[in-house]
Amino acid sequence: MPKPAPTQQLIDGLLKGDRLALARAISRVEDDAAEAARIVRGVFAQTGRAHLIGVTGAPGTGKSTLVSALAERYRAQGLTVGVLAVDPTSPFSGGALLGDRVRMTGHSGDAGVFIRSMATRRGTGGLARASADAMLLLDAGGFDRVIVETVGAGQAEIEIASVADTVVVVEAPGLGDEVQAIKAGLLEIADIFAVNKADRKGAGRTVAALEMMLETGGAAAQVRSIFHHGQRMAMEAAASETDAEERWPIPVLETVAVSGGGVDQLRDALERHWAWLEGSGARSAREGRRLGHMLQTLVQAEVLARMERTLPPGLRSDLVEGMMRRQIDPYSAAAEMVKKLSG
Amino acid sequence: MRDDQIRVLIAKPGLDGHDRGAKVIARALRDAGFEVIYTGIRQTPQMIAAAALQEDVDVVGLSILSGAHMTLCPKVVELLHAQGQEDVLVLLGGIIPDEDAAELKAAGVHAVFGPGTSSSEIIAFIRTAMAGG
Repeated sequence: MPKPAPTQQLIDGLLKGDRLALARAISRVEDDAAEAARIVRGVFAQTGRAHLIGVTGAPGTGKSTLVSALAERYRAQGLTVGVLAVDPTSPFSGGALLGDRVRMTGHSGDAGVFIRSMATRRGTGGLARASADAMLLLDAGGFDRVIVETVGAGQAEIEIASVADTVVVVEAPGLGDEVQAIKAGLLEIADIFAVNKADRKGAGRTVAALEMMLETGGAAAQVRSIFHHGQRMAMEAAASETDAEERWPIPVLETVAVSGGGVDQLRDALERHWAWLEGSGARSAREGRRLGHMLQTLVQAEVLARMERTLPPGLRSDLVEGMMRRQIDPYSAAAEMVKKLSG
Repeated sequence: MRDDQIRVLIAKPGLDGHDRGAKVIARALRDAGFEVIYTGIRQTPQMIAAAALQEDVDVVGLSILSGAHMTLCPKVVELLHAQGQEDVLVLLGGIIPDEDAAELKAAGVHAVFGPGTSSSEIIAFIRTAMAGG
């Protein structure tokens, strides 16, 4: 095996648009926390330019096909697109089968599209730990739009809302009734809904259920602000993010990704949301939230790593054994470990 | 924390659509703990090389049953080398006559696996090669 390229060479390369350097930098960031720190340090000043788009939804709703079609529409506008497609790691073997590229063919001769598959490894919430870092690298690599496709998500994989500017939740006909639509979680993080496979039976019902959910939510919000402030006050309060976000009318779009139907409208809605984020001040509010989240995640990881390094060997298994014998409860065991950590 | 996860691209170049073997291998490699990027059927050498670059894979596994291996494989190797991926391990699976296999190895294919090869043999080959053997 040849010697691996020095980190600085990868950083310089990816900033200059060298795609192999970018690809290798993403691997380093995935494989090695210390390298991740060096590489992100080297590129961070060049980030903050791309529109970061999250695409999530249940398995089989057509996320990959939709992302591919969307990339094509952005290319028609002359915009470059980086795609991060996340698939799950097997909890048993540690391996992964990353198959999203099967639905993303047709961009291979185009240097303006870069598609990277990523396994979740130890990540939770539908993303990999390295997803946020990889998004920074794609941003620094000069892509105008960075699209992250999460693993097929259930109802609570909402990590994507902490790393993207705009979240598209993809639904498909026949997956659930109105009760599914009013549940908390995934549906609450959508900036845009795409009801994909809209040529299938039941699409109208899915659209109607989502619109009804949005209307009930929207009406409640309106009543609240009128009740508390009156009209003038509500307008003044628009600078705060919650009020600003209430003013984005969440669209429910119908798409047929395989034939490209409705994808222009999806791209237009994304562009409108991007402009709205900028104009309303919500973009910087979301960026603050995103970077705060990143900071917290990194600190947690470091604290956990330090805990692993400094705790007396055997303490954990002793405590677990004590719990199994019902001699100590989980909360007291945790307190015991924390005490050892700070003492 | 370090992972050094081995990444493998499994692709089917050419026009035959028999991807059962490729899928079986992809699954076996996944179960062996590798990250497998599966690209599907009817891939051109250019598509395979572009995917290998973006995915920064350590191994490219090609499955060819159409008989077109003598044109497709050297082309993939040539493109990989041209884009700076000389270090990528290139493996070929399919029905390949012995004299072709020898020629392909000379052209930069690292190993050729015929019908009946066990997946554990392929996994062991990759592990040894990745360990620098």
